[in-house]
Amino acid sequence: MAVATEQQILDGLAEIIDEIVGIDKSEVTPEKNFIDDLDIDSLSMVEIAVAAQDRFDVEIPDDELRNLKTVKDVINFVQNLQS
Amino acid sequence: MSKSQTRVAVTGLGATTPLGGDMPSTWSALLAGESGIRKLDWEGVDDLPVQFAATLKVDPSEVMPKQNLRRLDRNQAIALIAAREAWASAGFAVPAGGKGQKGMDRPGVDGGFTVDGERLGVVLSSGIGGLHTALNSYDVFREKGWSRVSPFTVPMLMPNGASGHVGIEFGAMAGSHALVSACASSGEAVGYAIDMIRAGRADVVICGGTESCIHPLQMASFGAMRAMSTRNEEPARASRPYDKNRDGFVLGEGAAVMILESEEHARARGAQIHGFASGCGYSGDAYDIVLPDPSGSGQAKAMQRALKDAGLEPADLVHINAHATSTPAGDVAELASIKAGLGEEAARQVVITATKSMTGHLLGGAGALESIFTVLALKEGVVPFVANLEDLDDEVDLDIARDEPRKLPDGPAAALNNSFGFGGHNVSVAFERAL
Repeated sequence: MAVATEQQILDGLAEIIDEIVGIDKSEVTPEKNFIDDLDIDSLSMVEIAVAAQDRFDVEIPDDELRNLKTVKDVINFVQNLQS
Repeated sequence: MSKSQTRVAVTGLGATTPLGGDMPSTWSALLAGESGIRKLDWEGVDDLPVQFAATLKVDPSEVMPKQNLRRLDRNQAIALIAAREAWASAGFAVPAGGKGQKGMDRPGVDGGFTVDGERLGVVLSSGIGGLHTALNSYDVFREKGWSRVSPFTVPMLMPNGASGHVGIEFGAMAGSHALVSACASSGEAVGYAIDMIRAGRADVVICGGTESCIHPLQMASFGAMRAMSTRNEEPARASRPYDKNRDGFVLGEGAAVMILESEEHARARGAQIHGFASGCGYSGDAYDIVLPDPSGSGQAKAMQRALKDAGLEPADLVHINAHATSTPAGDVAELASIKAGLGEEAARQVVITATKSMTGHLLGGAGALESIFTVLALKEGVVPFVANLEDLDDEVDLDIARDEPRKLPDGPAAALNNSFGFGGHNVSVAFERAL
């Protein structure tokens, strides 16, 4: 898979979050914290991570998942693995 | 009724069934004699011995956002739909207690009545639980590995999941229960809810049952038992209790929920009282895991105990909604139990119906749905007739409502709803008309 731009990852993540927890895509911006700002619970985060792995063709180990607090954290994580 | 006991009022009704997406449409279709039984459109269905079932009239996706449905088994989604209708119909506002569920509406009535969450209970049963989730998740596991299995799999497949979800949504903290006794499950739920209110453990209880297990494996499993009708050429006419040519039950899906409330609590808020849930009788056959005791003594005892618990005499009864699933053996044996339980004279005075002729058999949802039908029959003074009853079995010698709805007399009246389940579980719930 070609390396995705930050905007492409953000758009993809917003689509996943909309699909899984029903948060409007416009609400998903880089600075948002999944728990505090988007009110996403831990089981939903697992679902989102699984969907993100499929979409961006990366592996997100459970240990890493715990460190991904914000949308920007995920974008950086995916970009680092792809580059 | 014992004068010292709290009377339990029925103040809210909700359902989603093969006949309608809510209780009023279900009831009117039932009185019209419509059938909720349809040919299945699955790929490969023609290889199954039974190719039809009583599927929901309104799909849950038409009334619930897809994000909610992702984390609910179908049996849980429909329980929530029925509970929401029952809650709003009872005139309750969104309760102050409880956290609610992320991303879900918490329905209520603008300016409606509130109930203390500590005094609100839930008793909501499913006979099978999350069969779709269990089987679909296993497919994902085998095809994609463990890491792709949804983290919601366990809460979606556990049979108490519906009770849990309803308790969370409405903030019910007096207790959340999920009794499992096969096709008697939600009859027991109603009985347990009555007891919770009488014992003073709750003022209001959301009670009922739900089932959604119309899946190829379930069709194959009941098919292997030779328990279902195989009238594949005319599904709508397949469920025919008391007819000479009945050949088995028809699998159905749906959910039904009642709001039960202490009479004192209901009167204090000026609630509409549809009727009274007066008592419940239980018995165990202790005979066979699937066959009813052919003597019918267990079923008779359940009916007698329901009357005793309600403080009623057999002569008070005007109607029975029979369990009658349309199997060759069960329907007529139940009539013998009714005679044994009530005595011949009283048994001949009651109008008997078998509503599974139109709804199919909702298994864990049946006892609650048929309880609601019993309440409405008393309230509106009309008993739905048995559909597809063309050639009455020679052994039937009690008064069966056939051909058209039957009027009931005015004045004080009581009725029973019978539910019997695999495992020898017998439950009979007694209801009285509100005057």
